[in-house]
Order: sequence, then structure tokens, then C-alpha cells
Amino acid sequence: MARKISYQQAINEALAQEMRRDPSVFIMGEDVAGGAGAPGENDAWGGVLGVTKGLYHQFPGRVLDTPLSELGYVGAAVGAATCGVRPVCELMFVDFAGCCLDQILNQAAKFRYMFGGKAATPLVIRTMVGAGLRAAAQHSQMLTSLWTHIPGLKVVCPSSPYDAKGLLIQAIRDNDPVIFCEHKMLYSMQGEVPEELYTIPFGEANFLRDGKDVTLVSYGRTVNTAMDAARSLAGRGIDCEVIDLRTTSPLDEDSILESVEKTGRLVVIDEANPRCSMATDISALVAQKAFAALKAPIEMVTAPHTPVPFSDALEDLYIPDAAKIENAVLKVIEWSKR
Amino acid sequence: MSQIHTLTMPKWGLSMTEGRVDAWLKEEGQAITKGDEVLDVETDKISSSVEAPFSGVLRRQIARQDETLSVGALLGIVVEGEASDAEIDAVIEQFQADFVPGAGAEEDSGPKPQKVELDGRLVRYFERGEGGVPLVLVHGFGGDLNNWLFNHEALAAGRRVIALDLPGHGESAKQLQRGDLDELSGVLLALLDHLDIPEVHLVGHSMGGAVCLNAARLAPQRVRSLTLIGSAGLGMEINGSYLQGFVDAANRNALKAPLMQLFSNAELVNRQMLEDMLKYKRLEGVDSALRQLAANLFGEGRQQVDLRAVVQDGAQPVLVIWGSDDAIIPADHSQGLAAQIEILPGQAHMVQMEAAEQVNRLVLEFVRQH
Repeated sequence: MARKISYQQAINEALAQEMRRDPSVFIMGEDVAGGAGAPGENDAWGGVLGVTKGLYHQFPGRVLDTPLSELGYVGAAVGAATCGVRPVCELMFVDFAGCCLDQILNQAAKFRYMFGGKAATPLVIRTMVGAGLRAAAQHSQMLTSLWTHIPGLKVVCPSSPYDAKGLLIQAIRDNDPVIFCEHKMLYSMQGEVPEELYTIPFGEANFLRDGKDVTLVSYGRTVNTAMDAARSLAGRGIDCEVIDLRTTSPLDEDSILESVEKTGRLVVIDEANPRCSMATDISALVAQKAFAALKAPIEMVTAPHTPVPFSDALEDLYIPDAAKIENAVLKVIEWSKR
Repeated sequence: MSQIHTLTMPKWGLSMTEGRVDAWLKEEGQAITKGDEVLDVETDKISSSVEAPFSGVLRRQIARQDETLSVGALLGIVVEGEASDAEIDAVIEQFQADFVPGAGAEEDSGPKPQKVELDGRLVRYFERGEGGVPLVLVHGFGGDLNNWLFNHEALAAGRRVIALDLPGHGESAKQLQRGDLDELSGVLLALLDHLDIPEVHLVGHSMGGAVCLNAARLAPQRVRSLTLIGSAGLGMEINGSYLQGFVDAANRNALKAPLMQLFSNAELVNRQMLEDMLKYKRLEGVDSALRQLAANLFGEGRQQVDLRAVVQDGAQPVLVIWGSDDAIIPADHSQGLAAQIEILPGQAHMVQMEAAEQVNRLVLEFVRQH
């Protein structure tokens, strides 16, 4: 029986094991050591929520605190990656993407293409995503679809400790730039994680539950919400299949289509804002390639088209919850009974 | 005659300590027959239905949906014949007063697999029972000690029984040196040394059968008896496309077809089994260990090692068990062996799991005689 650790510990362990295995792996970002050189503890912070805590001591010189300039240090990481090392660069909150977007959008994502396939950019950008921490509009966004829109990037969003470790190791070994989205509300989630190294391939969705009535597709935190809804619906005799995309780019189209061919009903759950999102993207995919299998219109359960509210009550309303997912499922079931 | 039965949280597998009630499948007042699925329970490993161990009327649903309860906790009341509500209330009250959560769960107090370093590599093993000449269970290619989930406990009544993870498998170290049979049998014998066991009954499944045969060849004085289940090492044929498919499979669709060849009831290959197998196959070192073993032992779709002579020499008594419909290694490899031969009709390669009771009975009877 594998031991249980948290999502946060799983990420820390993946970083430590890969740094031990491969001397070209190193970490840089704001406060990733945090306090080095100051009196007292050497890595007082280990990242704003402590995810990289303890690594500074194990890997002296390979956990680099940077100035508060995303444009500068993300650019440095992109440059380093093209020169043959494997930086794992932390963008503290994905909401700060605007400050460094050119480095990712126009540089990292384009090199392989523009240099005839000869350039590799083995860069990982770890970044915190998602609402729920009462952190307001500038620290709570789910910008996964923003990255997914850009060819040349790979985009990962793990939903469990097991996936977090295996997908991060895969991300570090990948020769393309990877945006690794960590949902801040999952950091304390516990789960079984092997102590050994392992990788989970990109572009392969995970079936958390097999079902015959409705397909629920999601990624990140809301995979767990979808599972809660599926459990509750099972009590009412509705059998949901739950698919975790794991990576939004590459996207496992085959698994989604295979499932909808079987169930004939699709509910997509996406914590991101709804316009030009994973929810609309997957809905379009299914409408185009599995239209004949559909027994009801596709339902989307997403955040509204607003910034994340600071009011606790409004933030709770903003995030897709199990009740909304259950309602959407009941709607597609009822529709096909008409 | 009336009887008030208590339906309790089952224990599925050694690690289960609690289960979460997913849904009731029967309503209060509904008649149920022994074997009916009464409610769905989910654990961190599996979700399955609780079957009624008795017939009667489901009078009370005690466990609520989404409630997480310890193994052995009261789920519901089934009454055969007539019983008043007061009588039922008294039974419930008594049960709840006596019930100690976790007492049957053996979470911390109970036995757990252990790990030992043998010649610089980690080997996981799991011991149950005491006394007698110890018995060691050796799994097959791509398996682990959980392949004996339905045998280990039963065989350990009155005997020390040890199951191990061979190198490259389960939670043992994945790195192989030569990746041949001598290396695997060597680890088995080293584990016996470590546990101070001079003599054993060996039980091997599939490739594990060849590991046992080879151990008996290398150290005949240490092997009291051999039980070979769907064993390798007794003939040339082996299902090469199964091996190739299993080794190459990297996702659940690719893995499903090969795994279904292992069982007579293909429905046993469920989401959880596929996921567990993928988790194993993703571990660093597993892919190369499996490829190395497959090439050395079963290269070009043929078995490369013939150990029939070990059986024919008769240095120890041999029991051979085979599923008649084994699609991996044909049951006719048992023909002509100087052994007690038991062919179980309709069974497939994973006969020790699918026909556990029969296999357990045969093994217990055999080792008792020797």
C-alpha cells in the first residue's frame, strides 16, 4: 500500500526526485527559497504557500530567488532552457501572466516552430490557479484556456496528489515549454502516491468512474466536484462516467468521443470563465464529431463571465459546485425523455 | 421462525478500514434474496456492491448515503419471518453498544507487508500465520503479492505463509541485473535465508512457477513440495501476443484486451484493475524490467527455459493446477508430468483468483500430506 501524502507534498517530492536524478534541473521564482541570506531560517518561505520548502537545503545553489519581475526571470528561464538546462520556474499566481506573456507567447512557444524543429525549450512554469482562497479578482483566476489557446505550449492541470507527481515529472522531462497549473485549493488534498519515480503521459485522460448515462468532463479541482455529484446521482439511479482531462493541451479527444458515443449525454465542468474556454472547446468537439450520438443538448457548468468576487458568498456562488453539476445532469437526462 | 440479521460493512482486501455508502439499491420493506446487491459501497481502492448474505425483508437502512463507516459497522437490518419494531430496536441498540469501530479493521495493529534489503535491493514480502513448514507464494509476470489476495489468508490457517514481490514487480526494487530465472530464484532463496527458513512448500503461478521450479533445481534440499499453477517452464508454447500486448500497453484501452485474456470472466477487468496495473507499469524501471524478463524467458513468443526435468526427477512431490481454458500457457503442458494433476474446467490463467476456494482446498490438502 502506497503511503498517503498531500498534493503539495507530491509536487515537492517530484521536484526533489527530479533534481536528484538530473543535475540540470533547477528552480527559480519569487520567494521559492524565501529568506535565504537573512538571519534565522534559510528557507523561511519555500514558496508563498510552502510548496518548495526544504529544497533549498537539499540543493544548494539550485533554488534561486528572483527579483519581483516576471518579465525578467521568466525570460531568463526561457533563455536558460534553450541553452540545455531544465528550469522549473514558478509564476506565483497565474494572474501575473500579463507581466511575462511575451516571453511565453512569442518566445518559448515559438522556438521549436521557428527554428525548424531544431530548438528545444525544456521549461516548466509552475503556477497557482483557481478560486476559493478568498484572494480576490487578481489572485484567483483559472486561466488554463488562455494557455491552451497557444500552439507550442503544453498545459497540465492535475486533480489529485498521484497525478500531480507523475505529471510534474513528465513535465520536467518534456522538451517543450509546459504550463503546470496547480489548483491552490487542492494543496492539502491527501492521496496515495508511490515513493518511486513515475510519469503520466500527456494527452491521456483518466476515467475516474465508468458510467453509462452521462459523461462528465472536467480538469483540475472540479474533477473532484464532478465525482461528488456522480456519487450523489448514483443514489438516484443515474450512472455518470467521469473523465479527468489531466492535460488540456494536448487534449485527449478520443477518450471524450469514446465516452459520449456510449452515454449520448455530455456535461462539461470548467472553473474558468465560459467564453472561449475548455467548456466551449469540448462542446464544439463533441457537437462536430459525435453529433449523431447525442441524445440531448450539451450542458456546460462554468464560472460566470465575471471576475472572481471577493465577497465570500459571491465567490462560493461563482465556483461550479456539485449541486449545479447535478442540476445539469438532471437536465440532460430529462431532455432526452421528452 | 423469525430471525433478525445485521448487515455490516464488509472488509474487501487487507487495507480496507472503512467504506463510504454510495447508494442503497434496495428500499426499506423490500424483500431480498441471498446474493442480491443491497447497497453500493466505495473505498479508496474499489467500489462494489454489498451482497445480502441472507434472505428476508430489508426492515431498516441504518447507514445513510455518503456516510463513511468502519469495517463491521451496522448498515442495515434484514428480517427473516416476522419481527416487531421494538424487537428490531433492541437488536440495533445492543449492536451499537457492543460495536467498537476499527476493532475488525486492523489498520495499525494488523499485519502489513514489510520490506527488506537483500544483496542491496529492496524486496517486499507479506507474512501471515504461524507454524508448520512455511509456504511461500510466488506471483507471475507483471503480478505482485496481491495476486494471492484470495489465497493468502486461507492458506495461513495453521501455517506460516509468505508472499513476496519478485524484483521488477510490486513494491520491490525494479532494477534487474541479468533478468533471468536464476536472478529471480536467487532472490527467493535469499529471502528464505533472511527469514531463517530452512525448508518450504513453494507455490508458484505462471512465471512464478518457473521461479519455484528453478529454486528447486538450485536448492532441492530446501523445497519440501512444489505447487505449480498455470506454470511456465513445462513446455514451449506461451501466448506471445499476450506478452507483447501487455508489455507495450501504456493506456487503459491498450491494456484491456491483454488483461481480458487472463480471466474466464472478462468483466473482472474493470476500471480499477486497469488503473492499478497502469500505476505499476508507469513506475520507473518497470518497463525495462518487463522487457528484459520477456526477452530472456519468453523471447520470440516461445518459452526459453525447460524445467520439466525438475518435476520428472521426483526430488519432491509436485501438485500441478491448471485452468482448462488457460489462454496464456496451455493446460496440456501438464500432460505426462510425474505429479498430482488437477485441471479445473472452464477456468483461465488467473485460476487462483477466480477459483480461489477450489485452489485453496487442493493446496491445503496437498501440503498437509507432505
